[in-house]
Order: sequence, then structure tokens, then C-alpha cells
Amino acid sequence: MEAHEEKPIIYTMENKPIVTCAGDQSLFTSLYTSLAQQLPREPMEWRRSYGRAPKMIHLEANFVQFKEELLPKDGNRALLTFPFLHIYWTDCCDTEMYKASVKDDMLRWQSTLRLHGSVDWLIVVVESEAKKKNKTNILPRTSIVDKIRNDFCNKQSDRCVVLSDPLKESSRSQDSWSSFLTKLRTLLLMSFTKNLGRFEDDMRTLREKRTEPGWSFCDYFMVQEELAFVFEMLQQFEDALVQYDELDALFTQYVLNFGAGDGANWLGSFCAPVKRWNGLLLRRPIDMEKRELIQRGEASLLDLRSYLFSRQCTLLIFLQRPWEVTQRALELLHNCVQELCLLEVSVVQGALDCWVFLSCLEVLHRIEGCCDRAQLEANCSHTVGLWTYATEKLKSLGYLCGLVAEKGPTSEDLNRTVDLLAGLGEERPETVNSLQSPYKKLNEALSSVEAFEKHYLELSHAAMEMYRAIGRMRSARLIGKSLAEFYMKKGDPERAEGFLDDSLRSYVAEGWSLQVTHTRKQMAECQKLLQQTEDYLQTSALLAGDANLTVEERKHFCQEILTFASQPPAPSDQTVALSMAAFAQLRQMQFSPPGAVVHVGAALQLELRVRCLMPVAVKVEQLAATLHFSLEQGGARGRAGSAQRRTGQGPQGQGDGVVLFPQGSPLAGAGMGASLLPALELYEMQDRSPSDSSLNSTGVVCKNMHLLLRRHDSSASLDTPTAGALPAAIAVDDGAQMLRARDITLQPGDNSILFTAPTGEPGSYTLRQLCGSVGRVQFVQSHIYPVVQYEVYSQEPQLTIEPLSDNLLAGIPQKVKFTIATGHYSVKKGDALQLSNTDSMPILHSSCCSATILSSTGERVGESALSIQSSEKVTSISLPPTPPYHTLEFQLEVLCHIPPTPFKPDIERLTNGEVRHRPKSHADRGMINIDQKVSIDCPWSIYSTLISLTFYVPFKAKHSILSAGKRKYIQVCLQNVSDTIFHLADPVLTECQPTIPVELLSLNAKTQQTVCSQQSVFCLWEMRWVERLPLCLQCAFSASFAPVSASDAHTAFKPYRYEFQLDRVSTLYSLKAEILPPSGDQHCRTGTLCGLEVSITRQAEPSETEGEEEESTEIEGLRTTKLMYEVVDNSSNWAVCGKSSGVVSMPVAASATHRVQMEVMPLFAGHLPFPNIKVFKYLPHSAVPAIQPDTDSCLENDTMSLLDKGLDDQGDTASIRSRGSVHSVGSGEQQRVLPMPRLEPFSPGQVFYLSQGRQVLVLPVTDDHVMEVNVT
Amino acid sequence: MAVCIAVIAKENYPLYIRSVPIQNELKFHYTVHTSLDVVEEKISAVGKAMADQRELYLGLLYPTEDYKVYGYVTNSKVKFVIVVDSSNTSLRDNEIRSMFRKLHNSFTDVMCNPFYNPGDTIQSKAFDSMVTAMMVQAS
Repeated sequence: MEAHEEKPIIYTMENKPIVTCAGDQSLFTSLYTSLAQQLPREPMEWRRSYGRAPKMIHLEANFVQFKEELLPKDGNRALLTFPFLHIYWTDCCDTEMYKASVKDDMLRWQSTLRLHGSVDWLIVVVESEAKKKNKTNILPRTSIVDKIRNDFCNKQSDRCVVLSDPLKESSRSQDSWSSFLTKLRTLLLMSFTKNLGRFEDDMRTLREKRTEPGWSFCDYFMVQEELAFVFEMLQQFEDALVQYDELDALFTQYVLNFGAGDGANWLGSFCAPVKRWNGLLLRRPIDMEKRELIQRGEASLLDLRSYLFSRQCTLLIFLQRPWEVTQRALELLHNCVQELCLLEVSVVQGALDCWVFLSCLEVLHRIEGCCDRAQLEANCSHTVGLWTYATEKLKSLGYLCGLVAEKGPTSEDLNRTVDLLAGLGEERPETVNSLQSPYKKLNEALSSVEAFEKHYLELSHAAMEMYRAIGRMRSARLIGKSLAEFYMKKGDPERAEGFLDDSLRSYVAEGWSLQVTHTRKQMAECQKLLQQTEDYLQTSALLAGDANLTVEERKHFCQEILTFASQPPAPSDQTVALSMAAFAQLRQMQFSPPGAVVHVGAALQLELRVRCLMPVAVKVEQLAATLHFSLEQGGARGRAGSAQRRTGQGPQGQGDGVVLFPQGSPLAGAGMGASLLPALELYEMQDRSPSDSSLNSTGVVCKNMHLLLRRHDSSASLDTPTAGALPAAIAVDDGAQMLRARDITLQPGDNSILFTAPTGEPGSYTLRQLCGSVGRVQFVQSHIYPVVQYEVYSQEPQLTIEPLSDNLLAGIPQKVKFTIATGHYSVKKGDALQLSNTDSMPILHSSCCSATILSSTGERVGESALSIQSSEKVTSISLPPTPPYHTLEFQLEVLCHIPPTPFKPDIERLTNGEVRHRPKSHADRGMINIDQKVSIDCPWSIYSTLISLTFYVPFKAKHSILSAGKRKYIQVCLQNVSDTIFHLADPVLTECQPTIPVELLSLNAKTQQTVCSQQSVFCLWEMRWVERLPLCLQCAFSASFAPVSASDAHTAFKPYRYEFQLDRVSTLYSLKAEILPPSGDQHCRTGTLCGLEVSITRQAEPSETEGEEEESTEIEGLRTTKLMYEVVDNSSNWAVCGKSSGVVSMPVAASATHRVQMEVMPLFAGHLPFPNIKVFKYLPHSAVPAIQPDTDSCLENDTMSLLDKGLDDQGDTASIRSRGSVHSVGSGEQQRVLPMPRLEPFSPGQVFYLSQGRQVLVLPVTDDHVMEVNVT
Repeated sequence: MAVCIAVIAKENYPLYIRSVPIQNELKFHYTVHTSLDVVEEKISAVGKAMADQRELYLGLLYPTEDYKVYGYVTNSKVKFVIVVDSSNTSLRDNEIRSMFRKLHNSFTDVMCNPFYNPGDTIQSKAFDSMVTAMMVQAS
């Protein structure tokens, strides 16, 4: 409400509720001003019936003099003129006077009121001091009031109010004023509630009668509007609006019911033909003209709707809701058009357009009138609909009245215009003086072509601007397009082009194909008019391939291009470049051979599959793809690997040399491709150090970044013709290499074109641009994606030799494969490989061998025999003539002799410094390998090629000497360490340097033996000698072996040789042990001590040579050697009691025997093996150089030398128990820094232990109870 | 019932569009395309924070003299647009809502098809027949 006060409202309703005044008119007049001011000052709460929310209301009143005519007669329900309250004013303070005149007057007034059934009255008694003073016979003040109350207000004492000194500024006066005002307000509201309630009830009753035949909507309308008026009068605009909305809804429902066949009689008047279409009128608060029409039941549908809306609009503006006006206006206009159609009201063609146009503008003017500019701009979204609607309507009027046609309106059009203008009637008086009134605008627009254009453009641009401002670009473009159509009609293609282009771009970008086609067709027309040949041809090409068009249309556009193409070129202009995308789509490319990697000069074919989009077959004079050539770095080495990687590029790239081009969905076409981003193509990237190929860094690379990061609006340029991009792309360097196909006819649909790719120089070739020429027209695809490339390489000839099997075995013939990759070298007749011979690895060429020639793709091309000549130093292999980039393969047999001496494995490092990785199993099996180097002279190089082959020795041999007393045997164990099964024959053992004749008697089988993998063969020889055995024996073992699989067994047998040396073979001592049961017992028993007798017997005379070995001392002419013996029982069967070891002096003479007695105790029952007895040479301290012992060495020697030192001369025994003390004594003696004696073992065969393997029976003790033996 | 039903991808290209009077197809395409303006406006008006609780049904996008255009946006920003003849007054808001719900359900079925490539135009027969059922029978 405050807002109202700020802004003066012109259209405010003048009415106020009527309050009549009777009695002393002059008194009232004196009070009127302050009363009128003070009444609305404070709001009053209005409680309402029917559960409506209570409202605070500022009351105003129109005070009029009481007349009887003002009182409503029966049946008159007019509310606006209804007196809501009657007041009687008096200032009588004189009883006499009261009785004389005032009372009678009041009675008359009361009776009149009662006659009309009005109960809303009030008597005001004004008291003033001044008046009182004048009177001498003053009655108490209250008496008059009491009298009045007595006389009139028998039960309602509140109907009489006293107002004291109203014109004075005193607190008493204030108080009486406020209580009076409160009373007045309360009574007024009570009257409202009562009277409006009654009115509403009546109204409802009337509404319920609407199904009765005589009911009229117009009558009802008037009644309900009365209520609305009252609400408006009370400034309850919301309630007033509700009344109109109810009327609106009621009417709408009737119209709908009518449409459904349920017609009401009263609707007939609304079905009358529309004669006037002068638009809405919103400048008056109440359009009385229309109201009267309604009252008389003569209103047309448009009249009713217009009136209703004008009232709603007024109220909405009171309510500060102008944007609802615009929204409702649009609904109303749409609705009216629909309703007229539904009621089948006959309307002159164009009349509704006029009405809508005028109404739109009227609403907009009305809104502009009550809002400032900033508000309007901020709420474009609410008004733009009306602007657009008006624009549309004006446009259709323009078309109707022939104002758009190039030739101007015909006479028929003019007649129509006159009719339409007639229906507008006279301009309303409100707008006569306004220059921009909707009426004037329409009149002007329809009057001339120029004026129409001016107004139409003005409206269109306004609407477009608004759409742009609120970001509704599509709507703006739609208007732009209709402007373009207008310009085209007007024959102004220059201006149309921009709008069409803008629209087309957006449709293409969003992939709306029907719109694209439609707009493009318009564009084509426009470009043709503008003579933009190139653009027109481009658009035609797109249209010719557009599936949304009929075949005829497509053929037409295709023909346009072909016609142009076939014209002889004018000297001035060059060929016209068009985008290939419109003409044909690339489907796939296929390389043959599929690897897309060929050597220089090889044939490489490229099959291109193209989907031609033209509706007819098109003859293409030349289809060419330019190639980008780049020299590949890194040369020929390692090419094969990188080539494999390259062909697999791209998401569609497949290993079989096929590159598939991504296809947009055929329906959405190019637009979809443009709106959807291509998928990320990510690749793993590894950066390896060039020296040792260790990983420096790794990462992920996006290959199609240029596509992803491209600006978006430029992507549309693929489809829309742009003058700039293509000519630059077509600047083809004539010298560049290209794929070319001539005179092809492309049929509609898929076509296959075969190109032969140039392979003249090594390097990488990338397809860059595809160009098809049809006469003067060239179709260009400026880049091909995914990347299609092939590689041409040049390769140095290369020779490799590799074994056929996993391992080459030494000793037997093995096959190796020679592979020559000829590279760029062509092998001529007479070219030969020269292999320098080595003794350790002869080349066997007895078998006739032939060479196979393979082409670069691995196909077998030919086979020819090899001739191999061998001279003393060189084996020459003459090669068959082989073309370049072929592979020559042949096999040769080589034999690697096994070196007789046991071979130490090499440090496995080859000449080129690379570590050869051997299968682990070989190392485990301990196979001995031999690296054999072959030096080969190749015809293409002046340098020799050095090739290393590794052979493995299939056998491992071990020897050992076995003794039986004095007799000696030699055993050789041969283990097959290879995977092959061999036959073994003729094992022979020979003595190499027979200084002393020794006979070796073979004890082996004569037959061949089969040795499986990992099996061993043992061979045995007995040595016989005449005089004595040599101190040292050089032996050589040899045998023949052949693989079981060998065909020719006899020739296949190859020798194996193993040489070894035996030292100190002859038996010096024999040991014999005897276990004696305790005396008186036949068997040993557990837990009882038994005697152990060890006898050491000298077997052989000491030879001179042996004497040096043996430490002997001469004591009393007798040569003796010192031996140490020790009894060791590792299996804890025996407990050695007393001494377990000792030193004996043996005379150096044959059969000299020394016996030692010891005591042992069996710990278990059963057949127990004898304890071990060991004998060592005992070298006394004098014999060795004095060594300064340190603590470490003394600890190390603990078990042997140290222990015995204490026993040195005593020949004493040391029990195990006493070891610790002996040790301490020893360590004490050590302080004296004595040289230490040492022990030396005998070599195998020198000591023969007779009792080896013997067992003795031990019986358990007879008692069954557990025996515990604790030996510490 | 509806005279035109359209399904529009997040990127605003049509996934499916069908209208009943074939001769007016182009006009409907224009209408649907233009309605995207209002759809976008309505979506952005909701604001980011409230986007989760946004109602999918957008209501009347805009009326024209002959048609009413209703909109619906799925959570994945796929838009459904239904165009109804203005003279068809029997259709209330609730009926339009239920049409959109049906459309959404059927669209979900299409998306669940493992052979359907998201982003492709919809060629499902089931979807088509469901749409046909919602359209005005061509007379």
C-alpha cells in the first residue's frame, strides 16, 4: 500500500464506501475534514466469513448527506451505491431543545431506516465547552446522551457516541476522537461483513441457477463484478482479482463445454461474427463502453475477453505484478484465438491477426507505462513473448496483404487491407494524441510496403535483441531466419545471407538435420542469387548428398555441380575447391602387404574405400592423395620392430593393415560429429636411454590433442563453406609425391579405388590431403584422420647363423641354419661365402644341401642347390643369385671336437660385450660349453663377419680308484648331461706314458650301452703290475658315442676322450679291526665293555720315491714312521671308553704290524657296524717350520694337532672325558711357543681297511629292566 | 494426445523425434529445437545447489497459438519434449506428467540395452511403439 502512495496512480477507482449523515449538517461540515483525515489513519482487522483469512484494512468513506433516495430499494443489489452506515449528528445539550425538535428528527430518521431494513446506524453527540457555557440551566452532561440512549438504543447502547470538544487540542478531545473512530470503524466493518455476506449468498444462489434455461452469464457477470468493485473500493485488489478470475474460469468452462457439444443458450450472443477487432484497451480503469455491451448482452467474445482482461490487468498493476500481465496476456491471446475457433465464430481473414497485434502492443505499452526502463530490460523474458507474437502477426498480415511480395500489393490485397482497417474502427480518444499508438502503427504498417517493412524490421529486431539479451539464442535465430525469408522475398539476398548462415551454423553444430537441410536449401537459393559460385557449389554438394531430400532434389543439386564442372574454364578463374566431406566419405584404407612396411622399390598397394554421397554416378578425372615424406632416422636397423608398432596406430587401426575411418551416425550426420568430441587417444610412452636401453621416463601421450583442443566454433567450418581454408590446402606442390588414380567413376555408395604407392626412397610416407578432380571442381579433404602412413626402408645385407636345435652338442655333427637377408644387395652369380676353417670345428658338407629363397613377405620363391668347395683354409659356399630384400636360407652340418682335457667353463662374455643369457637349466646341469667363433667373408662387405656358436659337451666324466688289499681298480663314471640319448661303445683305458708297464684289465661289457639323459655309465679296469706300481699314472679314457637317433650307427660314432692322472696308488697299510666280546661270553652285550683290537699292517716296502713322501725317522737302526689312529663312531652305536686315538710308530718294513687294544661299549642291540678307524700321517713338529701359533689357529687345530701334543712322548691315552683338562694343559704349554706337529691324510688307495662294512652281533642284556648308561 | 515427441541428447542433438502430421515435421523440429532455450533457462534457474532435488518435469515451456510445449529433463540432462495441440483441452498437467514418466521409463529400457550405444539415435521398436501409443492417431 505504501508503494501506492509513492507513485500516483491515474486509474485509481474513485469510489469509497458511502456513509450518510443526518442531523446537524453544519456541525458535520465543521468536523468533516478531520474525520476524513483520521478515519483511514489506523488499520482495522477485518474478520471474514467462510474461513477467509482476516485482513488489516484502512477504511475510507464517502460521507454524503442523508437522503431517503439513497437507501436501496428492494431487489436492487448495487453495492457501489449502497450506504453502509448512517450517522446522525447532533450537538444538542439542551433537554428542552432535544425534546422539542431533535428527538422528532431522530425518530423520523430512524423510522426511514427501519423502513428500508437498515440497521447500521450511529448517533453522534458532540459536546463542547463553549456551548455549555452559554447555557445557564445546564443539565448534567450525561442526561442528553442517556436520554438518547434510552429513546433509541434500547439494547445497543454502543450506537450512541459522545464526541467531546472535537475541535480543541486537548487530551480529552483526543481520547474521545479515537474512541469515536474506533467505534466508527468497527461499525463500518460490521456493516461490510453483514451486507457483503448477504450479497455473496445471493450471488451464489444466482450462480447455482446457471443450468436453468433463462440464466444469463452477462447478468451474473454484472453481479459478481459488483462484488469485485466493492473489494477494489476497499482496496482489496487480491479479492477483486479473484472475482474476475472466477468469472474467467466460468466462461472458459462454458466455451469448452460448448466445444464438447454442451452449448448454453446465452453463448449464442458470443458466437456472432466478429465485426470489430480493435484490440485490448487497458488505459481506462473501467471500459464502460464494453461494460455496457456486456450489460446489454450484446458483447462479442472478443469484447468480453477484452473487458475481463482489462479489469484483471488493472488489478494486477495495482498489485505490482506487471509481469503476470504479460504472461496472462499471451495466454489470453492464444486462448481467444482457440476459443473463436472452437465456437466456430466467423472472422474475416486477418482480423484476428490485427486484434492480436494491437493487443500485444497495447499490453506492452501499458507495461511500459508503469515500469521504468531498467525494470523493463531486466524482465525481457516476460515481454519477449508478446514482441514475438506481435512480430509474427504483423508478418502474416504483411503476407496476407501482399506487402511482402516484390511487386507490391494487388488490388485484391488492397481490398482486403481496407476491410481489415475498417474493422479497427476509430482510434480511441485516449491514444489519439499519442504518436506511437498501436492503432497508428497498424494503420501505417498496412498502408504501404515501405512502412510495413519499417515496422516489421523494427519489431523483429527488438524481439531478436531481447532474445539475445536473455540468452535464448535459438529463438533469436529463428526470428533471424524468418527475417531472412522476408529478405529473400524482397529480393535482398545480401541481407538474408548473414541470418541464414548464423542459423545454419547453429543447426549444424547441434545436429538437427531437418533444419540443416531446410536452411541449407534456402542458403543455396541465396548464394545462387548472390552468384557466390564456390559457396553455392559447396552447398549444392552438401545438399546433393543429403538424405533428407528427395532423389529429384538431390539430382538437381548434383547436376548443378556437374554442369559447372563441365563448363570450359574462364581464363580468369581457377578451379573451384570444395570440401570432400560433402562429396564422399572415406570408409577405410587397406594396405597390401598389410604391414605397410616395404623395402625400397617394392610394390605397395593401397585400397581406398570411399562412400560416394552423390545421387548419381560421378566421373572423377583424377583422385590423388598427396604424400608427406619424411626421412626416418635410425636407418634400417631395428626397423622391423618399429614398423609393427606403427601400423597399429589409431583406435581403428588393426594389425592387418586396415585403417577404418570413424563414421558419424548416418542420421545425425556431420553435425553430431562436430558436437561430440572425439575420444581421447592415449598411448604409453617410454623413453629409453640409447646406450643401455634402460628406462629413463615413461608417461602417457595424447595423440589427437590437436582435435580435442581445437576451438569449437571453428569445427563447424568443415561443413560450411569458408573461403579461406580450402584454397590454402589445395596449394599442392607438383613435385611432391602422390598417390594417383585416374578416370574413375564413383557410383553412389561404396566404391573401391586402388592406388599404387611410390616406394622410391626409404623413409616414412604420410597421407596428407585427398583431392578428387571433376572438371573445374576439385573436392578436397585437407587432412586424413586417423593418420595413414607407410614406410619404405632400406636394409643392409645381414648374415645370421643359428642352431637348429636348442643347444649345439659338441662331438657330434650338428646342423646350423645360415640366413642371409639380402637387403638392398642383390646376390649375383658367383658370390660366395668364405668360411675360414678351424681345426676344432670342421664343416661337414658331405650331405648335399640346397638353399631356399624367401621373399620379403616370407613366401617361398625358389630353391637351388649349393655348391661347397673346401680348401685347406677356407670353405667356400657359392650362393645362388638372389634378388634384393629376399632371404636366403640353408643348413650346414658342423662338428665341434671335444677338447680332451677337462674344460673349464669360460667367462660367458662374447666379443660384442653382450651377456649371453643361457637357459638356466644348463647351468644347473653343469654342462660345459665351448664357444666357437666362425669368421666369414661375405661378398657384400670387405670386412669379415665373426659369428660365435656355443657348443655343449654332452658328457661329464669322473674317475676314482678302488682297492682290495693290494689289488687296484680304476673306475670311470661317464654321465650324460645332455637331453639326447646316446649309444656308448668301446670304452678303453690306456696308460699314456708307460714308464713302468702296468696292465689294465678291462672288466667291462663288450656290447654297446644306451645312456639316457642324466644317466651314468660306470667302467672298471683292474690294474696289474709286475714289479711295483708307478708313483704317478697318466691315463686316458676313450669311448665312442653316437646319438640313438642317428641313422648310420657306425659312421655316426664319435670318440670321447677323458684324460686323468692318478698319484700314489699303491696300498701302504691295511687296517683290521676286531671286536672281542668280554671274556666268558660268546657275544657282545649292550652295556658291557668289549675289546676293540686294531691291527695296522705295513703292506709294501717303501720305495725310494715314496720315502720322500713319508716322514720316517731312524731310531736304533730301524726306520719307523709315525701314524696316528682314531676311532670315530659317528652313528652313536658305540661308546669308546678310555683312549680313542693314539700315535704309533710303524717300522718301515713289509708286514710290520702294530696292534692297538681299546675298549668300546655297544649302546644298542643288534648287528652293529664297526666303528670307523682313521689313520693319518703324523708329522712331528721338527719336520715343519716353526709357525708362530695364534689363538685362532690353535682353536682351528683343536681337534687334531693340539690334542695330540700333550700325548706326544708319553704315548698316553686321553679319554674323551679328559679332553677339557688336556686342552687347558695344552694351552698352558702353548705359552712356551712350541712348534706344532701336524696330520696329513693319506691319498685314497694308500690305506686299505679290511673290516670295512663288518658287523658284530650285540645281544641285549638279559634283564628286561631299563638300563641307563650315562657317558659323559 | 501428443502431436510431437522428442528425445534430445545432453549435447542438444535429437536422439529421437517423431511428429504426427508428417507434412508439419519441419515445423515441429523448429518448435522443439527452439524450446531448448526455455529448457536451458529453466535448468539453470534451479541453480547448482538445488540441482539434486530438482523436479524432472519442467512444466509448460511455452505456449504457441496452436501448440503447447512441455519439457522434462533427466538427471543425465537428456531432454524430453512433448508438443500437444492447444485445442486439446482434455490434457491436464497430470496426464502430461504421466506421459513423461512413461517416456522416461521406456528411455531407460533403451539405455539398458547392451547393444545400444549411448549417444546414438534411438531405433528401438519398443520405444517406438510406446511413443506411437502416446501420439495422436494420424487421421
